[in-house]
Amino acid sequence: MRLRTTVTVTVALLVPTALVACGREGSPPGSVTALLSGDRQRLTYPVSHHARDTGSLSLARAAARGRIVIGVKSDHPFLGFEDPVTGQRVGFDVEIARMIAADLGYSAGRITWKTVPPQGRETAIAQGDVDFYVAAYTINDERKKQVSFAGPYYIAGQDLLVKKENRDINGPAGLKGKTVCSVTGSTPYQRIQEPRFGAKVISHDSYAQCVQDLIIGETDAVTSDDTILKGYAAQNGGRLRVIGRPFSTEPYGVGLAKNDKVLRSAIDDALEHHMANGDWRRAYEDTLGRSGTGPVPHPPRIQRY
Amino acid sequence: MTSVLFDTRGPRARRRHAIYSVVVVGGVAALLTYVFLRLLDAGQFTAAMWQMFSYEGVQRRILAGILDTVKAFLLGVAFSLVLGILFATTRLSVHRLVSVPATVLVEFFRAMPLLIMIFALYNTAWLRSSVTAIGGSLRDHLGGPGSWLAATFASPTLWALVIGIALYNGAAQAEILRAGALAVPRGQREAAVALGMRKGQLMRAVVIPQAVRSMLPSIMSQIVVTLKDTSLGFIITYEELLYAGKLLAQNTATPTGYPYIPVLLVVGPCYIGMCLLLSTAARRLASLNGRTATAPIRREKGLLRRR
Amino acid sequence: MHVLLDNTDLFLRGFVGTVTLTGLSALLALTVGTLLAVCRVSPVPPLRALGTAAVTVLCNTPLTLLFFAVTLGLPMLGLSRLSYFCLAVLTLGCYTSAFVCEALRSGVNTVETGQAEAARSLGMSFPQTVFLIVLPQAGRAVVPPVGSLLITLTKNSALAGGFSVYELFSTEKTLVENGYAILTVFAWISAAYLLLISCISGVFRLLEHRLSVVR
Repeated sequence: MRLRTTVTVTVALLVPTALVACGREGSPPGSVTALLSGDRQRLTYPVSHHARDTGSLSLARAAARGRIVIGVKSDHPFLGFEDPVTGQRVGFDVEIARMIAADLGYSAGRITWKTVPPQGRETAIAQGDVDFYVAAYTINDERKKQVSFAGPYYIAGQDLLVKKENRDINGPAGLKGKTVCSVTGSTPYQRIQEPRFGAKVISHDSYAQCVQDLIIGETDAVTSDDTILKGYAAQNGGRLRVIGRPFSTEPYGVGLAKNDKVLRSAIDDALEHHMANGDWRRAYEDTLGRSGTGPVPHPPRIQRY
Repeated sequence: MTSVLFDTRGPRARRRHAIYSVVVVGGVAALLTYVFLRLLDAGQFTAAMWQMFSYEGVQRRILAGILDTVKAFLLGVAFSLVLGILFATTRLSVHRLVSVPATVLVEFFRAMPLLIMIFALYNTAWLRSSVTAIGGSLRDHLGGPGSWLAATFASPTLWALVIGIALYNGAAQAEILRAGALAVPRGQREAAVALGMRKGQLMRAVVIPQAVRSMLPSIMSQIVVTLKDTSLGFIITYEELLYAGKLLAQNTATPTGYPYIPVLLVVGPCYIGMCLLLSTAARRLASLNGRTATAPIRREKGLLRRR
Repeated sequence: MHVLLDNTDLFLRGFVGTVTLTGLSALLALTVGTLLAVCRVSPVPPLRALGTAAVTVLCNTPLTLLFFAVTLGLPMLGLSRLSYFCLAVLTLGCYTSAFVCEALRSGVNTVETGQAEAARSLGMSFPQTVFLIVLPQAGRAVVPPVGSLLITLTKNSALAGGFSVYELFSTEKTLVENGYAILTVFAWISAAYLLLISCISGVFRLLEHRLSVVR
């Protein structure tokens, strides 16, 4: 009896180990990394070496540890994404974060990425868990009470994602009687429930589950910021389409510790610099531009306050 | 096979039961076939959906998910048992100053949904700062092993999950232990008092060991609940097995959608397997224990007895 | 305080959502749980096996995984026109039913053997014995454990908040998204749960008192 138990436990432990040893290398086809590989060399940004004036708590802390900690999201393809297989970070927000880090004097190798769930972002920024936060973070007054914002670095807006062949829905007016999916409690979810849209709203924990529902025909559209939707359209190569008529304004800002004016103006400078030299545009083309939605937008004007 | 609940079957009953059996087996088989065919129809068994599992990186990720689940589970169980004993003894205390706060705490933690508790803990400032600080000092003072410890354990998400699990399950374990302690025969306490034992001694040496013994099955099933509770880590992005599965699924886009169903078919059995392993261990332990237990195990005596 | 006053409608909606969700799931759980328990003690072997298998799977799967499977899997099985509220009730009800079944089974064990023997000697069939004699007596014995199962169910219903069902946890998520301090929101949400749960345990204490008999 005891022998049999020992054998069973050993086998149970060995089988997964043996399986791992005989797997294929690389990323599975259809994954974000596989979509990116091969066609284009990765964007790089020259690292600035001139010393920053001090007076910023966050920058002093980063200098002490020799690394900068950036808060991002991990589950938005081509916006803020972490490949669960290789750990590679991909996306427009990620590129923006790399640009800022380069101008603050941190090369790609000296960045520590930290995935912060949306419900924990104000705490993470206020607590100094992250030095700054770049992840589809809309600037608004309620949030300004808890954190400061640099930017905006992109003007997003709530939009709709539909199947490529769907011609019925061409904007929010076409939603009457249709089913729309969004993430529970999010701003787009709250807005789409307004009676003027007349839509039947369902919600999930993640946008990927909404996109799944869209593909299998459970919902007619997915609604969120156009950036997030463009990422899913790019990931699902040509099968989905973003309408491209945003019906809200969501200025994306870089979140940072409240009243750290030095860091805020440093980030604003970095954004302005990379918007002017074309890095911003190249970053967009390499990520969200893959969705094939309209022309590349113009970078917004930085609002210093 | 007979039981107290029904008569020994005659030829007619046997025939009738044979028909029922065929209907039940046929019905279940038909249902499973229907499910399989519908999933096949929805393109859930295409090569594109399943080939991700043949990649080493994906397999490693699933294994890492299992390890992270086990890590949170072991820490959660350890702390919940310690807390359980602490809460139970304080609640049983004769000093109201001790027992009343303990009762309030236990009742509060039993009434709060774990999901909401983990969510709130993750957003508690002192928890984050102390975990980060401890991680930093481990790294600074202990060198190599210190940085391994910090990398493995100094994560606010892990501790928010573990503390949440420990408080919730600790309160549940405390109630189980308290019920066990109250069921210890009076004579045991009286004998201990007659021997001149102090209150603490009486608890430690007489009451708690017997309570643990008689309540072992309930304690073990609460431990299985603890294992299942680790999957609530998704709310704060703790990367346990289920969360890793979801990430893997949404990383791979195929013409028929994301491979959620294949991931479920892989991850589900992992959880069921782990829980069954635990329950089997629990039964072993209970039967070992049965030989020496003061309270006889009652199962074989009642209506469910097989003749 | 202003969080509560400014968002009374959200809190009310969440509270009502949690109450209806819990109530309907509890009804389903009690019904399915009783049926499963009957299956597990029935004379037909495949029924017993079915009951055991269902209980084993449901007891050993995290509820999160079950929710995930139901919301993603059932639409593919052609049940797409079921609302998410129904799906949530189904999931919570089935999950809890496994535990109700186990509680009832141990309740059955507390019934005197003589009761079942007397029923059989009166010529009662298995369904008659179980439904008229055994289960009513077993039911009294399991009032406290079923009460604590329903309390667990109330708390578990928070999980449904992630899937199109509006309840207290969705209220919390919405308010946090709108920028309110999380710990203040948490305090009010926990107060609501405490209220709900003390009501349930009060009702069950009353039931226990009314139903208890001296044996």
